[in-house]
Amino acid sequence: MSNFPFLSVLTVAPLVGALVVALLPRSRPDLAKLVAFGWSLLVLVLSVVMWFAFSAGGDRFQFRESYPWIPNWGVNFTFEVDGIALVMLMLIAILVPLVILASWHDAEASRRSVPAYFALLLVLECTMIGVFAAADVFLFYVFFEVMLVPMYFLIGSYGGHQRQYAAVKFFLYSLVGGLFMLAAVIGLWVVGGKTFDWQALSQAEFATDTARWLFLGFFVAFAIKAPFFPFHTWLPDAGGAAPAGAAALLVGVLDKVGTFGILRYCLPLFPEASRWFAPWALALGVIGIIYAALLAVGQNDLKRLVSYTSIAHFGFIGVGIFAFTTQAGTGAVLYMLNHGLATGLLFLVVGMLIARRGSALISDFGGAGKLVPVLAGVLFFAGLASLALPGTAPFVSEFLVLIGTFTVNKPVAVIATLGIILAAAYVLWMVQRTTQGTLNPALTEVEGMRRDLTLREKVVVAPLIALIVLLGFYPKPVTDVINPAVQATMQDVGKSDPAPEVGSVQEAAK
Amino acid sequence: MSELRLPSIDYAALAPILIMLGAALLGVLVEAFVPRRLRNAVQLGLALVAMLAAIVMVILNADDRLITIGGAIAIDGPTLFLQGAILVLAVMALLLVGDRTVERGGAFVAHAAVTAESAEDRRQAEGVGGATEVYPLMSFAIGGMLIFVAANDLLTMFVALEVFSLPLYLLCALARRRRLLSQEAALKYFMLGAYASAFFLFGVALIYGFTSGIPGRTAGVDFATVHAAVTESPSSPVLLFAGMALLAIGLLFKAAAAPFHVWTPDVYQGAPTPITGFMAACTKVAAFGALLRVFHVAFAGASWDFTPVLGAIAVLTMLVGAVLAVTQTDIKRLLAYSSIANAGYLLVGVLAPSREGLSGTMFYLAAYGFSVLAAFAVVTLVRDADGEATHLSRWAGLGRRSPFFAAIFTFILLAFAGIPLTSGFTSKFAVFGPALEANQAWLVIAGVLTSMVLAFPYLRVVVMMWLSEPGESTPTVTVPGALTSAALVIGVLATLVLGVVPGPLLDLTTGAAEFVR
Repeated sequence: MSNFPFLSVLTVAPLVGALVVALLPRSRPDLAKLVAFGWSLLVLVLSVVMWFAFSAGGDRFQFRESYPWIPNWGVNFTFEVDGIALVMLMLIAILVPLVILASWHDAEASRRSVPAYFALLLVLECTMIGVFAAADVFLFYVFFEVMLVPMYFLIGSYGGHQRQYAAVKFFLYSLVGGLFMLAAVIGLWVVGGKTFDWQALSQAEFATDTARWLFLGFFVAFAIKAPFFPFHTWLPDAGGAAPAGAAALLVGVLDKVGTFGILRYCLPLFPEASRWFAPWALALGVIGIIYAALLAVGQNDLKRLVSYTSIAHFGFIGVGIFAFTTQAGTGAVLYMLNHGLATGLLFLVVGMLIARRGSALISDFGGAGKLVPVLAGVLFFAGLASLALPGTAPFVSEFLVLIGTFTVNKPVAVIATLGIILAAAYVLWMVQRTTQGTLNPALTEVEGMRRDLTLREKVVVAPLIALIVLLGFYPKPVTDVINPAVQATMQDVGKSDPAPEVGSVQEAAK
Repeated sequence: MSELRLPSIDYAALAPILIMLGAALLGVLVEAFVPRRLRNAVQLGLALVAMLAAIVMVILNADDRLITIGGAIAIDGPTLFLQGAILVLAVMALLLVGDRTVERGGAFVAHAAVTAESAEDRRQAEGVGGATEVYPLMSFAIGGMLIFVAANDLLTMFVALEVFSLPLYLLCALARRRRLLSQEAALKYFMLGAYASAFFLFGVALIYGFTSGIPGRTAGVDFATVHAAVTESPSSPVLLFAGMALLAIGLLFKAAAAPFHVWTPDVYQGAPTPITGFMAACTKVAAFGALLRVFHVAFAGASWDFTPVLGAIAVLTMLVGAVLAVTQTDIKRLLAYSSIANAGYLLVGVLAPSREGLSGTMFYLAAYGFSVLAAFAVVTLVRDADGEATHLSRWAGLGRRSPFFAAIFTFILLAFAGIPLTSGFTSKFAVFGPALEANQAWLVIAGVLTSMVLAFPYLRVVVMMWLSEPGESTPTVTVPGALTSAALVIGVLATLVLGVVPGPLLDLTTGAAEFVR
């Protein structure tokens, strides 16, 4: 079974689906939706099969495939995954069908082609899978850049208020990062012996200065993508303007490319430079946690608020990566998955709320729980997951990041912990102002607010809630896959975990 | 009296040049003797057949590596590749020039006195014919370009420069719409071009003076002599530097590099759009072909001296092109500034003195030519009763009116922006890689930074087309005739194929990347 070319099939399948959907007549939108949904389920099934074919205790990289592409430059279609990439592929495969289901009526609101919307979603899935499955730096870069195009049109054509501005800002920010990375990719190719193969490059030695410059080129691209403070300003605009489904993918998956890239490319390829820049990266992470959380507290737009919470969460992931301990690293990767689930859920629920009210402003709500109790309950749950309440999946990851960091860097861990308090503030206050309290009389006049969750919407949120609870109590299947990959990455960086000091671990556990 | 010794001439190697110049002369005869009604078809057929025959001859000569006709012409890998590129791109341009359906009667006038909507103009629209002078003019220009990239001494190069420049000046003035703009463009191009030619000639004279200073050798302006003089000369290099600078000015003017670029936006805007595409593609190939040969063959020994200067010019060109493109409101001017910026990227390739650098530059030239011709082909299609609607505000909502052509243009713009899976990306990679290897990291960084700036204007057009609502004045896209369609298909396919599988063309350019000396 492990000989099956999972990765190339997984990458190509959504693209074929997109072509099929795009060629369906515009007058049959329902058919397009069904085909797109069915196709994404097919990808999900294949991913699940791959998950079980992956042997957690086996090689670090599995399912390697390689086909020549541009022999003149040593470019190959090389795919392989480690535990980290595998987890991200699963996240994509789970989120895309749910997003398609959640966006069932989104495209109609924009008066634009409905099949095109779903075709774009599938193209996006193809590029997202490709970017995580690629093991050739050139191929990775190609997916990294091409990914922008479908997202650009999703935001620009189907988005809400200020969509043009948001789409252009998103594209330009990402492109700027991408071009820095291009310079670094070319530099890597020149000094790394004219190969793009990750395995070969990870064996190469670079001069200290060269490695630092190359690291910086990659890091800037990934920091913009993630986004880390101070490269984050595009995300609230893009997240606020994108249709809810696309926003869930944007924040849930697309941004993970940044943190994934740091783990896969920055740390193993430039270990010395990573150690040298680590204090700066940690500082950015910590500032991001606090700063974005403070801004989130002050938001009056639901989607922008969720975007800011994500920036704070990415601060945690950044801290977890650059703490260079296996615990923190595992926590960071687990966080990437859990954040995708929790924030994806939050974005989708918020989208349902906005679709009903016709407005994204918190001040337009108030006491909505009296009208749509189930929806309000789901929002509350999504909020609690997002603030990492014990029992939900994000708690495990946040806790791992914090203890992992505490063992090596106490001040950072302590400041980051403040972020948890702020998270409680922005989530609870948002929930209170939208669904609790006295009923806003204007709400009763909006017809949409009289409908609680439909069956379709329940099908969307149920799997996510189940996964968040399940992974909150029993994360072992996922950590088993992640752990070896993170350990290998930390070995590449040349950092071993500090010898356990009983005192400090207990202190952190308190 | 000593016997006159004639140089040996390899006619087969010169065949592409001879075919094009012969076709041009025949075209003049056709103009005189063939009846008016048939002239367009005959001229178009003649030019097309000549170009295809020349392409065949280039392919047959593919293995030639020789210097012929008394050392005036060098037929080697770069020559043959660039001649092939010029001819293929010229075929595309010819298809655009020959189209008589997008605008009834074609985009050209017979002579300057014919004003728009006059009786004669209307007769042309009704299909009486006329304005067929463009074909022989184009053939002359192409013939000149073929000599230009093959020239093995500076004087031949100068003659070739004039042979291809003069027809271009005329071609610029022949627009049927917006006559004043077109004539102004032609005059401007002519005046500045004449200055540039004068600089070039003066440079040739100074280099001749420099080579005369070597004991035991005769003076000359052929590249072998200049090369030897640069490496061996005991005399002061003042003459060399001055001559090199003046030569470079002449060549960089044609290549549209800053600060010799000021003519570009005006001429690109004023010239008939098919001719703009022809200049953006073929003139660029010819100019950079000559630059490569002059700096890699004749002045290779002085690379320490010219690299910093040319590098500064490259950075300036990229900056000027990118920054000024941001402020443009006319699509043709925008493409002009984009072409200036691309000249900067090409200069980065010229400054990588390796086989890979040469190969990358040639790849870039060919790939860019296809994309830019396709872009101008789309520009000819977006029109209303007044001719082409080139103001950007008129393109608002075009994606709704004609999603197909808007998608094509978006694809080309993404290629210009250097998004992967387009030729724009592979060609940037092809020049930046060798430049980094040649320790020109600063040029690569400048290239990357300006690419970011340049992405903005392209993106603005995309936003205009797709994300804005169509207005009252949004023109429709004319359904192109067979000729324009063919050119468009070739251009778009080449942009895609060279982006996805650049391997074969890279093999070709790598195999061709060696000069004979």
